[in-house]
Amino acid sequence: MISAYYFGAISLVLIGLYAVLVKKNVLKMLIGLSIMETGVNLLLVSIGYIYGRSAPILSEGIGPNQAVDPIPQALVLTAIVIGVATTAMALSVAIILYQKYGTLNVEEIRRLRG
Amino acid sequence: MVSILKRSLAVIMLLIIGYWLAQGLSGIPFGQDKMLVGKYYLDNVIRQTGAINAVTAVVVNYRGFDTLGEVTVLFIASTGVGALLWAKRRERTAKTEGSIVLKTGIRLLTPFVILFGAYIFIHGHLTPGGGFPGGATIATAFLLLYMAYTMYEIPRRAFENTEGVAGMSYVIVALIGLAIGGYFLFDWIWQTWHFGVNNVGRILSGGFIPVIYTIIGIKVGTELSGIIDNMLREEVRE
Repeated sequence: MISAYYFGAISLVLIGLYAVLVKKNVLKMLIGLSIMETGVNLLLVSIGYIYGRSAPILSEGIGPNQAVDPIPQALVLTAIVIGVATTAMALSVAIILYQKYGTLNVEEIRRLRG
Repeated sequence: MVSILKRSLAVIMLLIIGYWLAQGLSGIPFGQDKMLVGKYYLDNVIRQTGAINAVTAVVVNYRGFDTLGEVTVLFIASTGVGALLWAKRRERTAKTEGSIVLKTGIRLLTPFVILFGAYIFIHGHLTPGGGFPGGATIATAFLLLYMAYTMYEIPRRAFENTEGVAGMSYVIVALIGLAIGGYFLFDWIWQTWHFGVNNVGRILSGGFIPVIYTIIGIKVGTELSGIIDNMLREEVRE
């Protein structure tokens, strides 16, 4: 039986993937991508968790043996920033699509191009 | 009819993908101690970097080169947004001002939001946070200003110059490390000067982590404000 955190992470990835596959509006697809990204981040952080331990900040009372793994958290910090950057790029492409075609529906955009 | 078929096909595919993901992850025990490299970092972080927050020590000190790449990615993204949305003449076209609550609240809150962002990135080596969340908080202040006032625009030239200077000073701090210690991103403040050895856990410690995080915070704040500014101004044709 897998843990609830893994289950939640997988569910988030699948919900995002569903939006990317099924939705026709570009903005909704981008929201789906962001949800997938959140799922991956949750998965990484929950892999680094250890029962009964505290955040990896070694202030009073927290020794090196009472902290969780810092590396997944550092990785997620990086991933969030990269996610913001890619989302900004994708949104500006969506703005250009709307200016060019007057719609954000991918099927109509495909038809207009032909 | 087609759409129902497509939808059910997508759901079946997702169920298969989800099954395989769960299958793979069931081999990874949740909540067990699996640390290998992390153990080394936790044992040595205070002695080697002077920071008590292991996450920011890993991000800025042990894997500083990676963070330089990350800052570069963010810079490229903001340049890309600027290039994609480029036009000869662009203006803000928003017509409705914010409500009186929004405007009054933002006039009072903006300095405190910026102050809080600065607090987050200055205390990066002590508390959760660091340069990236702090910079994002500062950008939030400018986003709120954009939302409240239809005429507001950031001082674009000053922001671009600040961003460039911050990016260069990151590289300069790293190059000073190269000159003193022999490798790029050597922590000269902690390892050569031993600055703040008796101060671990207080603000004047942590080697170059607060310095670099201040630089990153300023850079991320101006960069994200620039992205907001680029997205909210629209092309005007005469």
